[in-house]
Amino acid sequence: MAQLICLIDASKCIGCRACQVACKQWNQLPAETTTFEGSYENPPRFSAQTWMRVVYREHEEEGKVSFLMSKQGCMHCTDAACMQACPTGALYRTEFGTVNVDTVKCIGCNYCVAACPFHVISFDRLTNKAQKCTFCYDRLNAGLQPACANACPTGSIQFGDYRELIGNGQDRVEELQAAGKTNATMYGLNEVDGTAMLYVLADKPEKYGLPVDPQVSLQTRIWSALFKPFRVLVIIAVGFGLWVNRSHSKKIEQAKSEAK
Amino acid sequence: MTNHWIDYQNSDVFINIGGNTAENHPISMKWIEKARETKGAKLIVVDPRISRTAAVADLYVSIRPGTNIAYLGGLINYILNNERYHKEYVENYTNASYLVNEEFSFDEATGLFSGSEDDPVRSAKKYNTETWQYQRDEEGNPLKDPTLQDPNCVFQLMKKHYAKYTIDNVSKVTGADPEALEASYELYSSTGEPGKAGNLLYAMGITQFTHGSQNVRACAVVQLLLGNMGIAGGGVNAQRGQSNVQGSTDMAILYHIIPGYMSTPQQAAHPTLADYLEKETPASGWWVNKPKYFVSLLKAFYGDSATRANEFGYQWMPKLDGLDHSHIAGYRDMGEGKVEGMICWADNPAVSGPSAANKRNYQKNLKWLVSVDLFENETASFWEGPGMDPAEIDTEVFILPAAAGYEREGSKANSGRWIQWTWKCQDPPGEAKSDLWIVNELFKKLQALYEAEGGAVPDQITKMQWDYDGPDGEVDIVKVCKEINGYRTSDGSLVTNFVGLADDGSTVCGNWLYSGYYNNLDNPATKNRTREKEGIGSNLGWSFAWPLNRRIVYNRGSADLEGKPWNPDAPVVWWDELQQKWVGNDIPDIPGSWTLEQSTENPFIMLPEGVGRLYSHSALKDGPLPTHYEPAESLVPNLFYPNATYNPVSQRFYEDHTVETDEERARYPYIITTYRIVEHYQSGIVTRNLPWLNELMPELFIEISEELASELGISNGDTVAIESKRLFKDGNQDSIEAKACVTRRLKPLVINGEKKHFVGMPWHWGFKGMNTGAVANDLTASVGDANTTIPESKAFLCNIRRAG
Repeated sequence: MAQLICLIDASKCIGCRACQVACKQWNQLPAETTTFEGSYENPPRFSAQTWMRVVYREHEEEGKVSFLMSKQGCMHCTDAACMQACPTGALYRTEFGTVNVDTVKCIGCNYCVAACPFHVISFDRLTNKAQKCTFCYDRLNAGLQPACANACPTGSIQFGDYRELIGNGQDRVEELQAAGKTNATMYGLNEVDGTAMLYVLADKPEKYGLPVDPQVSLQTRIWSALFKPFRVLVIIAVGFGLWVNRSHSKKIEQAKSEAK
Repeated sequence: MTNHWIDYQNSDVFINIGGNTAENHPISMKWIEKARETKGAKLIVVDPRISRTAAVADLYVSIRPGTNIAYLGGLINYILNNERYHKEYVENYTNASYLVNEEFSFDEATGLFSGSEDDPVRSAKKYNTETWQYQRDEEGNPLKDPTLQDPNCVFQLMKKHYAKYTIDNVSKVTGADPEALEASYELYSSTGEPGKAGNLLYAMGITQFTHGSQNVRACAVVQLLLGNMGIAGGGVNAQRGQSNVQGSTDMAILYHIIPGYMSTPQQAAHPTLADYLEKETPASGWWVNKPKYFVSLLKAFYGDSATRANEFGYQWMPKLDGLDHSHIAGYRDMGEGKVEGMICWADNPAVSGPSAANKRNYQKNLKWLVSVDLFENETASFWEGPGMDPAEIDTEVFILPAAAGYEREGSKANSGRWIQWTWKCQDPPGEAKSDLWIVNELFKKLQALYEAEGGAVPDQITKMQWDYDGPDGEVDIVKVCKEINGYRTSDGSLVTNFVGLADDGSTVCGNWLYSGYYNNLDNPATKNRTREKEGIGSNLGWSFAWPLNRRIVYNRGSADLEGKPWNPDAPVVWWDELQQKWVGNDIPDIPGSWTLEQSTENPFIMLPEGVGRLYSHSALKDGPLPTHYEPAESLVPNLFYPNATYNPVSQRFYEDHTVETDEERARYPYIITTYRIVEHYQSGIVTRNLPWLNELMPELFIEISEELASELGISNGDTVAIESKRLFKDGNQDSIEAKACVTRRLKPLVINGEKKHFVGMPWHWGFKGMNTGAVANDLTASVGDANTTIPESKAFLCNIRRAG
């Protein structure tokens, strides 16, 4: 578990999207062109320009309508699928316990995009790099809290020490259950060995559009365990092949010029 | 607000009625959440649809748009019948015991109070309020029955008036679920217990009706009955819509008042200064001091030219001619060719005004139009609107680009009456200037022209004292602040506060309520930024709240008859027996010279009675007790008073303008309401030029229930066409278009056994800017409140169908 986390209490989220705009503004991400397709949610999915979104879900049970709102984005997993899928080590664990993309090392292979069980990392076609929430790495380095936590008016997003915030979260779940929200739960406490974006939900995760019991897929595990070590051998083999090819080309050029 | 934002942390129960706090005042949710965390506070939301505030409420009640008085009347009835009111408070701090004229009556058949007369000028009714007055003794003191039993006492009149507002009847009228109604009444009225605080938060969903003022009055009545006035966490809390709209009403940018909420003089009633002061100054209550504030204001206007000999310049002051010059009336005059030019300052009525398409048409009659705004707005560009042909329009339009709030310094008054100074952080772009610079230059030029060329009444302009220039040709805001604060003409020294003002011409004051906010140049109170370390949240060291830095007005009501706080955990002020004075966490709303008894008899210091008005014979033109009237356009008759029209006193500005026949109701069979969303702001001319906001909410949409969508064959995301009677007559458009948002958050309501559909849409779109869309207000009607003419944007009728 990371040392510094965000506790996101979705029961206090009012869907104002100050967090979504703060993320855009802090990271100077361009606005996407969107259309109204029947939901407040926009843009409709994560992208290289949209690292986090507020998600709105309506439900109706026994005549009671609920309107659930939550901020979603990179979970900064402990058992991070993206890190395991990445062939170059571009996805790494920071000193804060969060997961970041080193865009210098990123070769744009998209394996992380395919592997992420939350589908929150995206490919930027213009730069050929993977992009996602950085947990405001630059702000953390300056001793500041992430832009989203800073902007949230209700205290729905709290930033701080994981020990204190896990306790807060568990108290809040108890409170919600006592108030009749019997499905209230923590999310991200045990999932993928714990996430630095930790949630208190007033209802089941699937009601919020969050994956139930997210897992690192078997393919990613196999790739990570078996084939990644082989990439060194592949590089050596490719390098040897290039060297052989280069010597061979030189011999052919020499022979051509001698023939003239 | 009678209270303030941070005071929300002291509430036990919130009721957000006719408001959507999470979307329109999101930062205030911080204080609501704090109350929930620290006190277990509960939030009730009363709204036709599930807004983002309702989404986080503890209790939600859906009511039909336009039935707030039915809901609140039911709450009043519940409080009275179940004895949930704060007895000692009601008996001593309100006019519950006052006896009313025996001739006073209310006719349930017609929905009219006694004294109704025809008012042909306004095509409406008016009231002769003689029968509404208190019974008085020979000295003119009101008669009272402290036992509250006399059938003519206010308390018994109220019981009788609201007897019909049973849960059953309220459910029939509002369509609200009876269990939800009762649960909300039970929860909210629990704050009638001494020491408990109920907080009533409201906004345009209460005010924007032909009976809007009575809606507000009903909120005040509820709060008085429950003893929620003057206490921490209580209050009648109007959540204002713009960061300085409180400042704008304080400074009287409304034609019927002058700065500090005094009435604008009327030519007929107040031909002389003496007439004005005599008629406008009551015999008791704090307003006995009005002459000091009025004369000091005249001195601010006319400076040295104002002397005792010339009534301090009173004859130069513009006066009302008895006609309505409010927004709707002004545009009607424009439509009749009576208005030559318009200065439209930080306003965009071509989008935000009712029957906005008509307005754009009327603007064609203007010879000139000046628009002061941050962006080129729809009002300035009215000639680009739907159906317009610029070739046939002769209006000359001037655009004066204005600086944004953070590109200039000055004070802003928030909803809590806190006058906070804000500093400039960057220069405005291009040629944009601060409003202060613009108005200074404009008036200097006007004065110079009048001096050189004369005119119809030149003295009104040339005799005004106008000296706000600073060094380097910029305007000096400190000069303005000094004038608003007030100073002595003898030596220019600033007055400490309005207690230092006089009616003899020795003081100048631009707004008595603000006096004290800038009473020293080194450290004016408006610039103070000291947070309190302990207390109830008053933060007396942070800015200046009018009046006199008082944070909770009428705070005498926070303590019992002996001066002991009802709630010892959040005491506002209390009587210190040793020091023989009032002390506490706020500025007492009690003159220092008063005895304990005097203060106990006058907790509502601004009113002549000194006590709160459950019944008001004079505050509002359309009745002393809030009464349910249907909106001007309604699908159903008034179930309480079957032959009543919509608010009889509300002016009918236009003939054949609203839906009135059953045939028309069949044509426009759906109730529609308009509202705001957090992502865009007012007419949208600023926010629709910001890409990150356009990304969130890119298009105008209309929220429709699943049931209605299914009936009409509309799928989520479809383009739909919406019509109203205004468009039918407009000639430029048949309908407006929007995207459909089919949602479970709206449900049809059963009104007296019949299912009625309603729809709702935000109104932030227009035809200018990066993100354009139809103007929702092209649908609304130019009918307004009987007292204020605020338009009925919140309930009218429409038709809707799939487009294309």
